[in-house]
Amino acid sequence: MAIGVKVLDRPIEQVSYVRAALSGLGQTFRHLVDPHKVTMQYPEERWDLSPRWRGTHRMLTTETGKAKCVACGLCPTVCPANCIKLVPGEDEEGNRYPLIFEIDEFRCIFCGYCQEVCPEEAIHVGRHYENSEYDRAGFVYDLQRLMEQTHPVCEMWDPADPRGE
Amino acid sequence: MTPLAVQALLQVANAQHELSTGHAIIASIIKLLIIFTVWMVTVALLTLAERRIAGWIQDRQGPNRVGPQGILQPAADGLKNLMKEETEPANAYMPIFRLAPAISFIPALIAWAVIPFAAPWPSPWGLVPMVLTDLPIGYLYILAVSSLGAYGLILAGWSSANKYALLGGLRASAQLISYEVALGMSVIPVLLLTGNVTLSSFVETQAAGGFNWNILNLTMGFFIFIVAAFAETNRLPFDMPEAESELIAGYHTEYSSMKFSMFMISEFAAMLTISSLMVTLFFGGWDIPFTSWDNVAPWSTAKTLATLAVFVLKTGFFIFTFMWVRWTLPRFRYDQLMALGWRVMIPLAMAYMVIIAVAVLVLDRVGLSAGPGQAMALFGLNLVLLVGMFFIFDRGRLISPAAARVSPSELARLRSVALRPPTTAEARD
Repeated sequence: MAIGVKVLDRPIEQVSYVRAALSGLGQTFRHLVDPHKVTMQYPEERWDLSPRWRGTHRMLTTETGKAKCVACGLCPTVCPANCIKLVPGEDEEGNRYPLIFEIDEFRCIFCGYCQEVCPEEAIHVGRHYENSEYDRAGFVYDLQRLMEQTHPVCEMWDPADPRGE
Repeated sequence: MTPLAVQALLQVANAQHELSTGHAIIASIIKLLIIFTVWMVTVALLTLAERRIAGWIQDRQGPNRVGPQGILQPAADGLKNLMKEETEPANAYMPIFRLAPAISFIPALIAWAVIPFAAPWPSPWGLVPMVLTDLPIGYLYILAVSSLGAYGLILAGWSSANKYALLGGLRASAQLISYEVALGMSVIPVLLLTGNVTLSSFVETQAAGGFNWNILNLTMGFFIFIVAAFAETNRLPFDMPEAESELIAGYHTEYSSMKFSMFMISEFAAMLTISSLMVTLFFGGWDIPFTSWDNVAPWSTAKTLATLAVFVLKTGFFIFTFMWVRWTLPRFRYDQLMALGWRVMIPLAMAYMVIIAVAVLVLDRVGLSAGPGQAMALFGLNLVLLVGMFFIFDRGRLISPAAARVSPSELARLRSVALRPPTTAEARD
């Protein structure tokens, strides 16, 4: 038994090739002259980043220009990607400071836990995403490089103010 | 008999006469160089134009980074294509594989030699016709040369030793051969009205009396011509030989770097040639409408420039139409393409040829052999034919839907199936 394929009689407007083609041409012409184009001209125009955007890290400094970090070791502990390398040191007055503080931006998953856990508000994730290097080693940011970053830092989600109001 | 020096002075004084043979040869060489250069640059810019128009139609910007508004993009592309490695398939037949891009490129280029693009220019040495060579067999030459382009595609497809390329080549041959017939026959009415095959005589006839373009006399012929032209240049909706979604890239699948670029250039070149041909055949060539200022002596540089601008404008419009249609219409199925070519285009072109021949004969007998009377009568006839074509014939018959493959009795049975309520078995599906 044959399969019951439905073949319908169509009205003339729907079976005329020339008329359909002409209306299609009209449609494309309207788009051609439409000044609104969706392409963002990237280096000139950029996206507005959300205040909670988590991007490239930044180490904040004190007024004297030293890193705020006290090498407590919380951020390497909490880091799920294990991308922070911290070797603590101690000066003559007994203040702890990081001897080595490195973040591998390739391993980082930008969860922002390091910023959340930091008691001194030293390490931050930042509102910045344009990173490029000539080799992979360049993506291991040392303390100096983290301190030199100038982009705005991420405002973390506040449970007391979930909508940011 | 005047001495030679006096003769030369007379020539300088009166620039409205023919060139001497020596001057004609020099003028030809200069024209050759200028036309070739301008033509190649235009083709390069057309690749950019196509991409930008594609962008605008799709609400994008298109390439606009290299140079102001992307004007140097073709140069960057050319450089890239020259630098790239050429891959040569191991089983390809090398002599033909290397020759094929040139075979497809050269015919499109040399067809341009006979197209008149401006009013003659009065140089100090005599009147320079603004056409590379006004062959007495003008249109026949174009038909002959443009047919050669098909060989490039077929040989490229065959010599690649690749099944997709071969299929593309076969489709190219089938398509080009079937539409060439319609293309050639759709122009025969133009030849009937002109009584000559020289391209400059087409322009003269259409320029006579201000506005006597063949688009009015032979509207239907123009429609047949433009559809066949799309097929001849392998542009969408007839880009069967390429058909990316079915054949990867068709006949040029195995080509890379500059050889591939040659195929691209020849596609745009064919488009440029066929557009200017369309202008010459149906839109008066370099004629400026509604005035006789531009096509009578005395010639002047201003007239040459004005007619050149008009010609460029007209040709540009048709090139734009080619691109516009490309980004609007989807590709035909292969059987639709063949059905349209053999069952619609060729009978239509033949019938039109006969109708126009009879009409011209009848108009001759009643005393309207040329001029506005003949034009009006032919325009009326075309209007009737167009209405018949687009409102009566074009009812699912022009481009056949899948249903057209079903026999009428079977179709009636299926329609009755559609009209009755579904059976339980069908409803369950």
